[in-house]
Amino acid sequence: MLKFENVTKVYKGGNKAVDNINLEINRGEFVAFIGPSGCGKTTTMKMVNRLIETTEGNIYVDGKNINEVDVVELRRSIGYVIQQIGLFPHMTIRENIALVSKLLKTPLDERNKRAEELIDLVSMDRSYLDRYPGELSGGQQQRIGVLRALAADPPLILMDEPFGALDPITRDALQDEFKDLQQRLGKTIVFVTHDMDEAIKLADRIVILRDGEIVQVGTPDEILRTPANEFVEEFIGEERLITSRPSLETVGQIMNDSPITVHEDVDISETIKTLIDRKIDSLLVVDDDNYFKGFIDIEIINRYRKENVKVKEAMVTDIFTVKEDRLLRDVVRRILRQGTRYVPVIDDEGKLRGIVTRASLANIVYDSIWGEDEDVVLQ
Amino acid sequence: MELIKEIWHYYEHNGSYVLSEIFRHFLMSAYGVLFAAIIAIPLGIFLARYSRLSPVVFSIVNIIQTIPALAMLAVLMLVMGLGPNTVVMALFLYSILPILRNTYTGILSVDKALTESGNGMGMTKFQLLRMVELPLALSVIIAGLRTALVIGISIATIGAFIGAGGLGDIIIRGTNAADGTAIILAGAIPTALIAVFADLFMGWIEKQLNHETKIKRRNRTA
Repeated sequence: MLKFENVTKVYKGGNKAVDNINLEINRGEFVAFIGPSGCGKTTTMKMVNRLIETTEGNIYVDGKNINEVDVVELRRSIGYVIQQIGLFPHMTIRENIALVSKLLKTPLDERNKRAEELIDLVSMDRSYLDRYPGELSGGQQQRIGVLRALAADPPLILMDEPFGALDPITRDALQDEFKDLQQRLGKTIVFVTHDMDEAIKLADRIVILRDGEIVQVGTPDEILRTPANEFVEEFIGEERLITSRPSLETVGQIMNDSPITVHEDVDISETIKTLIDRKIDSLLVVDDDNYFKGFIDIEIINRYRKENVKVKEAMVTDIFTVKEDRLLRDVVRRILRQGTRYVPVIDDEGKLRGIVTRASLANIVYDSIWGEDEDVVLQ
Repeated sequence: MELIKEIWHYYEHNGSYVLSEIFRHFLMSAYGVLFAAIIAIPLGIFLARYSRLSPVVFSIVNIIQTIPALAMLAVLMLVMGLGPNTVVMALFLYSILPILRNTYTGILSVDKALTESGNGMGMTKFQLLRMVELPLALSVIIAGLRTALVIGISIATIGAFIGAGGLGDIIIRGTNAADGTAIILAGAIPTALIAVFADLFMGWIEKQLNHETKIKRRNRTA
């Protein structure tokens, strides 16, 4: 479908942006180019529709060398979505969507029908067709931006950080929608991003670039499990490496399953002894049936020390917990972000099963960095 | 009070003369701006494409603008002789700068993301100009025409010195008369009025051509 053959780009002044890239992309494949800024990912993509001309080497789209095709024809046959969206503010949404078809001289009624079909795809109301881009939210505008690229039904679509300027919630929604759309329509996508989460979520294959060269090409899984070198590891980030470790999948596997607890009906003053004996500064509170109730720490104990109160009256109940069968990759980041030293682990009924401390997470991080063997000593 | 009566008296007796001078005055200004637009708008577009040339061209055009109007007319008169054509030529020269500058900045201020997406979807250079750049720059270009027209109307007044007629003719008659205040005003007031109306009218057009106004207007009717 798309083939790069020894492609090199040297800018005026001798700056080598892309250095001898070879890559083949299959029909229907979703490929993400990723790398730090200045790695040549955008340049590589823009050479496909000749917004940037290659210095050396050839690019083939559907077996045809792009340098032998008329540049205007070439661009009309390739969808193009940019980060700044670039909808024309003086045209209605309908005109914007139908623009490439207009350039291709499709009859007006056919263009209108196509615009309606397309807007249905992203489940926006058809009344939006007669509005202007300025009246839409950023997320809606980029939906239209994607539709505009789809309008002439091109088999190949280039996207330059299309969701980069959106807020995280909108971005997430649009990514889901778009992945779904791409699979339904079977388009080939070349997608430039600097967001690893986005690449992992969307791409069938990820191409990691640095200084104009391809460092690694592989499926998200391959890249997470066998990063080619230190650069890739660093780029993927430690958190993702932990979470992708195959032997560590659920919270239950890394938790300490015998946390120190205290019964909710015990007097506050009695807890002090436990704390001193065990050399710790807080306790998890449970009831008769081991249901998790809350926690109590040395500050609270200190405040109520002289009063005759039970633990359950003084404890903090509003606390972040995780279920033991949750996948690690989903919760590690949230745990780290909470900023607490530990998180109680509960089962479906709410019974206390164990505790995950930051220290145990840190252990896994160290192991994944230094590549120790997989039987991690926890606690 | 006496003065207003006198002006009124002048209009009553010279009605058709005043009207024809107003018309003549306006035509001279409009022709000057029109011819300048024919040259300056394409030139502005060209300069926006090749902005390396723009410092040279703009410094030449700026020099034209610094020549005093009377001197300009005198010099042109030496070449072109007396009459309205010389005035139109002078107005043409004075109109180039505002139109050229506004066209140039109007085209250049079109968002780069828009030209990139136009290019990326396969517009030819001409299509990009016609469908994207010109429509978006249009209100700025019209603002240039507006400035040029208002300047033109005031400069056309001194065209009377080289026999071009116009409202300046009436003013000169007033200065030559023994007690000509009323006659001077009879010429000056319509000149100011034409300038004000031309300004308002062009301002209105400018607003109509702005796409944001278009959206607002449609929302009001909806």
